[in-house]
Amino acid sequence: MTGGEIHAPEPVSLRTRLKLHDIDGVTLLVVPAVLFVLALFVYPFAYGFVISFQPLKGDWLENYRKFFSTPFLYDTIAATFWLAIPATLINVGISIPIAMQVRKVRRRRILTTILVIPITLGTVLIAEGLLNYLGPQGWFNRTLGLFGIPSVRLVHNYIGVMLSLILSGFPFAFLLTLSYITGIDPSLEQAASTLGAKPRARFRHILLPLLAQGLAINLCLSFVQTFSVFPSAVLLGAPAGSTRVISIAAYQAAYEQYDNSMASAIAMIMGFCQLAVVGMILGARSFVYRGAAGGGKG
Amino acid sequence: MAIAARDFRELRLDGMSRNFGSVNALKSVDLAVRRGEFIALLGPSGCGKSTALNCLAGLLTLSSGKIWLDSNRIDELKPEDRGFGMVFQNYALFPHMSVRKNIGFGLAMQGLPKADIERKVEEALAIVRLGDQGDKLPGQLSGGQQQRVAIARAIVIEPPLVLMDEPLSNLDAKLRLEMRAEIRRIHELIGSATIYVTHDQEEALSLADRIVVMRAGEVRQVGTPEDLYVRPAHADVAEFMGYRNLLPAKATKAGNLLSLDIGGVALQGTPVEATGGGDVIAAIRPDDFEVSPGGPLPVTVTSAQYHGHDFYCSGRGTDGTEYYFRTRSRVQKGDNVRLGADPARVLVYARAVS
Repeated sequence: MTGGEIHAPEPVSLRTRLKLHDIDGVTLLVVPAVLFVLALFVYPFAYGFVISFQPLKGDWLENYRKFFSTPFLYDTIAATFWLAIPATLINVGISIPIAMQVRKVRRRRILTTILVIPITLGTVLIAEGLLNYLGPQGWFNRTLGLFGIPSVRLVHNYIGVMLSLILSGFPFAFLLTLSYITGIDPSLEQAASTLGAKPRARFRHILLPLLAQGLAINLCLSFVQTFSVFPSAVLLGAPAGSTRVISIAAYQAAYEQYDNSMASAIAMIMGFCQLAVVGMILGARSFVYRGAAGGGKG
Repeated sequence: MAIAARDFRELRLDGMSRNFGSVNALKSVDLAVRRGEFIALLGPSGCGKSTALNCLAGLLTLSSGKIWLDSNRIDELKPEDRGFGMVFQNYALFPHMSVRKNIGFGLAMQGLPKADIERKVEEALAIVRLGDQGDKLPGQLSGGQQQRVAIARAIVIEPPLVLMDEPLSNLDAKLRLEMRAEIRRIHELIGSATIYVTHDQEEALSLADRIVVMRAGEVRQVGTPEDLYVRPAHADVAEFMGYRNLLPAKATKAGNLLSLDIGGVALQGTPVEATGGGDVIAAIRPDDFEVSPGGPLPVTVTSAQYHGHDFYCSGRGTDGTEYYFRTRSRVQKGDNVRLGADPARVLVYARAVS
């Protein structure tokens, strides 16, 4: 062999090249999930989108025109926001101070378990419980009666739905906040305190900025959850009045008027509202720090 | 106006103790530290040195005891009211703030005017030689640079006391040597007292004015690096200071020295802890053994590692005892050599009850 000979590079097999992009046989396991999403989310969504433009009578925009010209329909948007936004802010807002305390608790698991129970029970059971407990003849009002306090109306109105949204939505918001907050290196707050920062300043300058990213996600998820409120709005609220939310309008269109096209249009409007809020929250996220919440290398 | 430590005369720990449940992590530590002193808390992991540091910083409350800064009792103050600078093992830089913001944080918390903060931050950046890195985020810096930011952040508030918790343990060997010199230089520049926690005896020896050796929550010995290196007060301190050969022996008095019987081999040693005789421990550094044909201790070399300047060897005595020694002469596994040691460098301690 002569010294100056140059070897052609070994041909690299397709398998090796795929492997370099982390694609191998295991990647095929993604296929069922993709099919599932296509069949059960993308297709129905697209289907609903198309039929919302095929009203029973009138031109293709008739459903949307009808929705936005009938107060009985378009008012549901405001009614839903009026429930979803305060409920989301309350759930996420309260979860922060509680999670800050709970992360220092040793037996966190017991507390977490207690908080997960409302999630597993589901909204209907919670609604039933609240009806019995807070209703005109419930324990709560009877106890008030013992002290001569006139009974208060807590169900079949806005308050009832709000209470149910907090009860079922808070554990979720709390668990999410807790996981974000425990991800923040505790030595950062210790460092801040040795530098003279009082608790309030530590929260404002260290914890909150590092938590902002997680809170945005938490707000999105909590909002979407509360925006699609249906069972509690019907069971605990005033479904013909103050808590006539958008999902009730969609339900009535579909199952009382048998107008699938209108129902789809309402569902699309609902989806758009959710998307708009989520988009706004995620857009605001670009103003906050998005890196790791640890103390660098270490 | 240059950055200089706040003036004080003495920091005094008076029976400082801390329990975790039934565990006494810190047992009545007494210590006085003067301004300008560099103190190393040295000990194996779990000896209570970090607990001691956190107690000083106020991050842990004392179970009992007091801490005084001159005539002020400070152990009941919150960390934010003590005004000590602390450098954390993982640096604990605020990841969402620029280097400048990190360093200026403590000054901003004091409510200093913006112009003063900027000037002092620039000065601190210059001290740690990071003048051009001020606008980066901590995540964009190397480990050594992050360490410098952590130091700058701690000293810019001009604390009387700087606390450092194994600050070099996350750096590579070369950087560690470099930062060691930097830390000493900065300490001298600002004139604070520094309390430096480490498990690395070499680091403690090279940095500190005084070393506090701790074990199981207790202070075992306080002294200058030379004191500790040449004459450790207890066998466990000796072990920690690199006396690898801790040999059970029988001692009999021979004038100022002790005659030792180490598994049938006769050596002479200097009493440190046990002045009488009987069961003792003889502590000998590997580099205090000499390989010589006339040495009293025959060993068979079981391993010899080449370390450039000399060989790090271990050998087995006739009774099976393992000996560690260093020599400049070329030895190989399987060689039979004889070891001897200067009686002044064979330190004799009482045998621990355990």
